[in-house]
Amino acid sequence: MLYLQLFWTYLKIGTFTIGGGYVMLSLIEHEIVDRKGWIDREEFMNMIALAQAAPGLIAVNSAIFIGWRIGGWRGVIATVLGAVLPSFLIILAIAMLFQDYKDYPAVEAIFKGVRPAVVALIAAPLCRMAASAKITWATAIIPILGALLIWLGGLSPVWIILVTAFATLIYTYMKERRRE
Amino acid sequence: MIYLQLFLSFLKIGLFGFGGGLAIFSLIQHEIETYGWMTQEEFVDILAISQVTPGPIGINCATYVGYTATGSVWGSMLATTAIIIPSLFIMLAICKLYFVISTRFQRNIYFTRTMYTLRLSVLGMIAAAALLLIKPINQPSVSFIDWRSWVIFVIACIISIIPLFVKKADAVRGKAVVVVHRFIQIISNPIVLIVLSGYVGYLIYA
Repeated sequence: MLYLQLFWTYLKIGTFTIGGGYVMLSLIEHEIVDRKGWIDREEFMNMIALAQAAPGLIAVNSAIFIGWRIGGWRGVIATVLGAVLPSFLIILAIAMLFQDYKDYPAVEAIFKGVRPAVVALIAAPLCRMAASAKITWATAIIPILGALLIWLGGLSPVWIILVTAFATLIYTYMKERRRE
Repeated sequence: MIYLQLFLSFLKIGLFGFGGGLAIFSLIQHEIETYGWMTQEEFVDILAISQVTPGPIGINCATYVGYTATGSVWGSMLATTAIIIPSLFIMLAICKLYFVISTRFQRNIYFTRTMYTLRLSVLGMIAAAALLLIKPINQPSVSFIDWRSWVIFVIACIISIIPLFVKKADAVRGKAVVVVHRFIQIISNPIVLIVLSGYVGYLIYA
């Protein structure tokens, strides 16, 4: 029964949140902490911090964490399936239909209008994330260099992540040693 | 062969996907360019569809790319499963070590510094994703086909960025300001913006 509840809760959240993982988090908080009381708020906040720090999708990471804390292995299966199934099925249906309709002149015209707007929709989250990262002129060098290397250099973003992490660890180590 | 490529690529994306849906979008973009699973047009359209359909953007992209690359449901399932697998291992390890991690790691300077610089480089990845959509290297842009595309882009940029600056418009400044603020909030919603731009596209290009 518990597993069914877990599955149902995540299925509901997965079906009705448009706009990605961050939007899902506040709904998850409402359902899991306020309504069901499965975990307390402090643990939930810690969980979000860990789900964001770990690689992968935040919604899926948090589903794994909550499934495990509440129902072990079977809980994980219930929450992950619930979180993933709605978008999987909806997108699959759209992908199948879109193959048949994408060459219609009207559909083509609509998407010609949509494409530049989609690019613009990347700009707003980018500004918000830059502001919340408290970016300065000095630290801006990291994203600017990264963007240029990927855009003009054709470098894989994976390399940017690896180099950033590695360089930070070495830099921190040197600084800590000098302080001692 | 294409199934193996898909599986390994999305495994990699799941493993290095720090920083949310748009960063993962940037990783997927690179894999698509490397393997040529689909055209640039199709790829932008996925992002548009992801913004107006429920669920995490990463899952939406994986499902769509998996289907389009292979033409079968199995491709979808494979890509979606692959992007989740690294999360499963890493999050379960975190759960097992939860009490150690939650108390100690968040105060560890190596951990916090690395998380911070990763956040910064994720900004660069997302910016690169946008730049690659505006002007891919060595090929014409598919999203920006003429000057009207740029007009749509600039207007959409202004509409979606304005709410970040006018948050403090409250009742003190009068009713008109509140109404305008509310209006901007409504049209800056990604779903509304995409539907509107689609309508504009239909009027201009059809």
